[in-house]
Amino acid sequence: MKRIDLQYFAILREARGLSRELRETEADSARALYEELKGAYDFRLGPEHLKVAINGDFEDFDHALKDGDQVVFIPPVAGG
Amino acid sequence: MFKITGEPLESLDLKGPLAESAAGAYVAFEGWVRDLNDGKTVTSLEYEAYTDLADKEGARIIAEAMERFEIHEARCFHRSGHLQIGQMAVWVGVTAGHRGDAFSACRYIIDEVKKRVPIWKKERYQAGDSGWLRSEGQVGP
Repeated sequence: MKRIDLQYFAILREARGLSRELRETEADSARALYEELKGAYDFRLGPEHLKVAINGDFEDFDHALKDGDQVVFIPPVAGG
Repeated sequence: MFKITGEPLESLDLKGPLAESAAGAYVAFEGWVRDLNDGKTVTSLEYEAYTDLADKEGARIIAEAMERFEIHEARCFHRSGHLQIGQMAVWVGVTAGHRGDAFSACRYIIDEVKKRVPIWKKERYQAGDSGWLRSEGQVGP
């Protein structure tokens, strides 16, 4: 079991109802973790619409997760 | 340099150290909050940023522009927080020896910032509803 420090922004923050949580999970990749969250909460975006940041930088969805990782799923951006 | 800030851009020294005697050209871009999007009347909007990664990705974009174009300096500021119609949301400034590369680099920076930097925009509409935007349109309510 890993403890993951999750931060949420924008549409995912509103769907989850909070900005940050520590979550215990068996998920071994960012993709598996997102599927777990999508099943648990009202996340309507599929992973193909998202990017993921692990420990402050962009990573692949298949990047392995380890205990204590900080993970942010990044919905489609709209700066400017 | 690239910076996300909650301060009104109108109150900051945006140009800062850009002015120097070897620069023959200075190009700046200002993005403003407009009152209409996709046929709906916008009353205000909210920018939310994942600041740590936004500053990092923005710095990478500035570094890319410095490599691709013959420019002297480039700076970009992007707002976070609540903005009213007409306020400045983003500012890009570039200096160069000549105007061609200054225009191209300025365009490159604003285009890449819109595509890559983790910033989100929620518009509030006159009708009372609101929505998160994406570059190509609306994500959903």
